[in-house]
Amino acid sequence: MTGARTSTLATLRGNIERIEAPGEAYSPRRVPLGHADADATLQGGLALGAMHEVFADAGRQNAAATGFVAALAGRVSARRPLVWIRQDFTELESGAMSTSGLAELGLDPRLLVTVRAVDVDHALRTAADALACDAVGAVVLEVWGEARQFDLVASRKLTLAAQASGATCLLLRTAAEPQPSTAETRWIVRAAHSPPAPSPWSAWGAPLLDTQLVRNRHGPVGRWIMEWKCDECLFGKPAAYPQPVAAAPAHRPHQAPVLPRQRRESVFKRSGDRFA
Amino acid sequence: MGTGSHSNQVYADCVDLSAVENASKQNYNNEPSIVVAKQHNALLIFSLDDAAARFGLDVGLPLANARAICPHVQVYDADEAADSNALNAIAEWCDRFTPLVALDPPHGLFLDITGCAHLFGGEAAMMRLLCGVLTAQGFTVSAAIAGTAVCARTLTRHVHGRIVRAGEEADAVRRLPVSALGTDAAVVTGLRRAGLKTIGDVADRTRHEITARFGARFTTLLEQALGQRDAPISPRKPLPDYIVEKRFAEPVATEGVISATLSGLAGMLVAAMGQQGKGARRLEAWFFRTDGTVRTIAVDTGQPVIRAEVIDRLFRERLDALSDPLDPGFGFDLIRLTASRTEIVVQQQRDLDANVHDNDEIAALIDRIAARIGGKRVVVHLPQDTHIPERAALAAPAQHHLTAATHAVWPARIMGEPPLRPLRLFERPEQIKVIAQVPDGPPARFVWRRATHAVVRAEGPERVAMEWWRTESAMLTRDYFRVEDEEGLRFWLYRDGLYDREIAQGEGRAVQPNWFMHGLFA
Repeated sequence: MTGARTSTLATLRGNIERIEAPGEAYSPRRVPLGHADADATLQGGLALGAMHEVFADAGRQNAAATGFVAALAGRVSARRPLVWIRQDFTELESGAMSTSGLAELGLDPRLLVTVRAVDVDHALRTAADALACDAVGAVVLEVWGEARQFDLVASRKLTLAAQASGATCLLLRTAAEPQPSTAETRWIVRAAHSPPAPSPWSAWGAPLLDTQLVRNRHGPVGRWIMEWKCDECLFGKPAAYPQPVAAAPAHRPHQAPVLPRQRRESVFKRSGDRFA
Repeated sequence: MGTGSHSNQVYADCVDLSAVENASKQNYNNEPSIVVAKQHNALLIFSLDDAAARFGLDVGLPLANARAICPHVQVYDADEAADSNALNAIAEWCDRFTPLVALDPPHGLFLDITGCAHLFGGEAAMMRLLCGVLTAQGFTVSAAIAGTAVCARTLTRHVHGRIVRAGEEADAVRRLPVSALGTDAAVVTGLRRAGLKTIGDVADRTRHEITARFGARFTTLLEQALGQRDAPISPRKPLPDYIVEKRFAEPVATEGVISATLSGLAGMLVAAMGQQGKGARRLEAWFFRTDGTVRTIAVDTGQPVIRAEVIDRLFRERLDALSDPLDPGFGFDLIRLTASRTEIVVQQQRDLDANVHDNDEIAALIDRIAARIGGKRVVVHLPQDTHIPERAALAAPAQHHLTAATHAVWPARIMGEPPLRPLRLFERPEQIKVIAQVPDGPPARFVWRRATHAVVRAEGPERVAMEWWRTESAMLTRDYFRVEDEEGLRFWLYRDGLYDREIAQGEGRAVQPNWFMHGLFA
């Protein structure tokens, strides 16, 4: 092998490494969530200038997932504007975002700019625009149902825009299956019970979330019960939670397989071939 | 326009619109044709063409008489809506000569061409151009240029193509009959009976005699026709603050040229505004097609725009997102960019405080998004002074209320309490079926969207009374409950109406209260 070829190969290899792992080269700033175990797994906290996906476990868990996304946005935006993009349709399905509710979570409703997009295409385009603006703290993109527009290209665009500006993109998906994407982390969220109260008059109802980290580009995954402390604007461990939480199985694959869906498609294709 | 300078008005009298419209569609063999309209329960001639006029027909003649004079006359019904549409289309086309175009229904147009004529090679050339194009389209045109609008209109009634110099208005109209003034038929008849046949005859009488007999309005009209008094025309569109435009010798249709032209115009506009320290709040791009169609595309901004790149980008976003894209047809021969609303921009030194800079960037981002998807779709939230949950926040367009929203004062949350208001609120509360142990107690089970939820915890009621001073909606008092079901989901429900006081009516038998789902907690 000649010297020139070796150097070309080395350059190419370097290029590929850079393309495959922009995180290492970029070494993103991180914001601790406040939950010690989760922060340890995330190596210090949630990465800024990246895309994070939050899935509601089921349609009825949408409010819990919204709460989680709002809390994350509160952590990462750091007194900077929050752009919340949603479709008209979600308002009917799961209710409109309430600014008083947001204020109750400890966020500042003055910093909220809501964009009501007509369809997913507009929502994606608007999100890319908003992410390109470095004055924005976080961009939340809320999409209900499966959307074929959320392919790898779209998520790559969002990730690149977020990296360039340092704004964080939070994707809130309900009634959708996780698809391959360039997200830094992926969470599946459901509501958890309030802990049993010592007296019937004690305060209950602080957001308690059963969060499952199912994908983490640069570390392990895990599952935690997190309590959002509205006053401190910080996550934490619930004070007394009697219900044991199963740890994530050790052999759990890095990413949930999406096989059944693919199989169904291939069957369909085959039958289509036969009939064609 | 300074004092003493000569202002010019063109009056183009495009007569016989409906006749021409209809005739050009159906009649090519030069048969006499008339348009009739019903007046005083009789069909009278509304307008007619030259061939019909040669037979001695005239406007106002009954249809029966016209048929008797000329049995083979073609008759069409008048269509006032089509006439007014045609007049509007012509006025739109005339926008290329001057921004000040006024309608004079049923078939006239005023153009204020003060300071515009030199762009078209002088007044005579301009009038030739205007009349030539309209004639080629099949309209019968009669035009005149004079110092006052009424003088020009009076001239068009009898001669075509007169250009009256300043101060010569009285001489120009003197010999015309009084009917040319376009006043009521009763006044014309009265003047004829008094033996005053021409405008000159009337002008020679003293004014108070005329006023005493025919009213002040007629005197005013007369003075305007004689050029002794002027009245402004009322243009169709307000005059923009700044106009820049580019004319093309050959029509352009390609996207590249159009966007390059817009960029160039944006630079010119910004330079013009910058000299007076202004920034644009509303911009309009006008695309004049060769076939006379004009398309206007407007962009609103939240903050005055003073940079050409920003204007350029806003228009690119807007043009990209048009639901009915710009159709160049055979090409545009004129593209115009106007700033129809401007504001004085206070140039400020950028300080080290990043917040000022950030707010500008957010405003620019909001403008860009609004240009693409519409200003009403980008909203900020303003607190309202009410306890009714669905009215507590008002979504206002972000372009206009960004500053108000950033300085709004929201009610502070109670420290140490869990969230008392839900994160997601239904615009329209959804009715649910509830089983409660006692009618005015918290719910034990409820069915929402066909799923049953067993209540594990409940807190309430939080009573929200409706605002009695808003008499338009007599609503019942609500008792709100915060509940958690066995899955850990938290809901905000309310019972509509106070049990036993508001909803127990009838023969001593209580009506079951209605329950509603109003929000979801995280």
